[in-house]
Amino acid sequence: MSTLLAATGSLEPAARSFLSPTGAEVVFLLVGLAVLGAAVVSVTTKQLVHAALWLVVALGGLAVEFLLLTAEFIAWVQVLIYLGSVVVLVLFGLMLTRAPIGRSPDADSGNRWAALLVALAAAGTLVTLVADAFRTSWIDLTAGGGSTRATGEYLFRHWVLPFEALSVLLLAALVGAIVLSRSTSGRLPRPRAGKLRAGKPVGRPAAPAATVPSTAPTAPAQER
Amino acid sequence: MNLLDTLLRCVATLVVFLVLPLVIGQTEHKVMAHMQGRLGPMYAGGFHGWAQLVADGVKFAQKEDVVPAGADRRVFRIAPAVALLPYLLVLLVIPVGPDGFVGQAVDAGIFFVLAVMGIGVLGSLMAGWASANKFSLLGGLRTAAQLMSYELPMLLAAASVAMAAGTVSLPGIVDAFHWWWIPWQAIGAFVFFTAGLAELQRPPFDMPIADSEIIFGAYTEYTGLRFALFLLSEYAGIVVVAGLTTVLFLGGWHGPFSDSLGWLWTLLKTFALAFVVIWLRVTYPRLREDQLMRFAWTVLIPLALAQLALTGIVKVAIS
Repeated sequence: MSTLLAATGSLEPAARSFLSPTGAEVVFLLVGLAVLGAAVVSVTTKQLVHAALWLVVALGGLAVEFLLLTAEFIAWVQVLIYLGSVVVLVLFGLMLTRAPIGRSPDADSGNRWAALLVALAAAGTLVTLVADAFRTSWIDLTAGGGSTRATGEYLFRHWVLPFEALSVLLLAALVGAIVLSRSTSGRLPRPRAGKLRAGKPVGRPAAPAATVPSTAPTAPAQER
Repeated sequence: MNLLDTLLRCVATLVVFLVLPLVIGQTEHKVMAHMQGRLGPMYAGGFHGWAQLVADGVKFAQKEDVVPAGADRRVFRIAPAVALLPYLLVLLVIPVGPDGFVGQAVDAGIFFVLAVMGIGVLGSLMAGWASANKFSLLGGLRTAAQLMSYELPMLLAAASVAMAAGTVSLPGIVDAFHWWWIPWQAIGAFVFFTAGLAELQRPPFDMPIADSEIIFGAYTEYTGLRFALFLLSEYAGIVVVAGLTTVLFLGGWHGPFSDSLGWLWTLLKTFALAFVVIWLRVTYPRLREDQLMRFAWTVLIPLALAQLALTGIVKVAIS
């Protein structure tokens, strides 16, 4: 905590002014507007895949915001996790199920007003909380303030316990996901003894079906 | 002065980005040809067909840029740029020589590189979906599945080097390199290089784009310059993966006379690895889609975890 407090410098609000913003602050605001716009479009667009792609813009813009706050490491993690994995998984799921090109008018939900309400309430709570917590403090952004070394020392000196608790939570989620995804396969017959690979290889032609037509219909079913 | 310096570094990176992939492409033409007992391109440009790729580029530029009628035009047009630009950004941070011989030293270099390379998947997914073609969509899905699976062992192998060096900055890692890291990190190097090969969808990991399987996967509907951009991104990817393996596992600029000739060592090691990439293409048969996935999850990830454990044990033992 001491490093953060030292970095904040003077806590006097009078010494600072919002009237002469620096270039970085202007860019920060503009990128913030772009993020907001992309997020709104991603919610309101009628095209499913476009919504996911606008999400890419919004999350990428957030990474830029982190960069402008000198939190370099967090920015790359944001890119790695959200752009490289989460959105790709979302797109992957969309394309595996249903991703028509063009508008999909049936994608709207009747709960849109409830969703809007919840979103506004959550946003209001968070903004109030953050604004209240950092009311008059002013953190001077110096280059390297959010470097990997600073972030790592902070994380593993002051916040080790929450970090480990989170990792246990994630592990539990992982195990839970595996259990959920395996529960449907319980009714399938076990693979034959001595045969390690379940299922038929994809590339091989169905040899029994061609040679012995009488037993053919049941043979693939048994193997699965 | 500062602005000029920045501009100069950006231009130099751009030149490298435009030249090295072509050199590797031409090398591939010739090396593959000689490994298969033929000559390869011999006429364009006169001396051993050195201008073949220039001629190819002119041909691509002349072709009509077709967008399929049912396609999502905007996404279809943006996709090649999304696939290509990450490699340009990555090239910017790969250190070539000691004392700041790098486009831009980034504090969390490894993270930057792996994060930005992960964005390239989006290009393939966008291309596959926007083409309005079943083969493209299937190819895009295969590409995404493959890249997601191989990203994990790549990250773990890179994490092992970062642990060994005690830093995540790329120049810092090369600075901390000692010769005995090569046997120590050998498993990690194998995992990283193999996963990198799979990220590029080079043979033997080219199931998502193999012509005899799925036409050309996500890039089936592309013609002209946009197709050329996808090809360029593949060769730029070879440069990037070979360069990263050099920097992380082979000691980058370390070698005799590394103070003055460091950049030459990096280039030589990168080209040697690029040669291996081409060599593997003509050597190994293509892996089937299920074999490909099984290889990532049951071979590479356990190996990467073992390397991580080994690195940790040795690191604790010597400190």
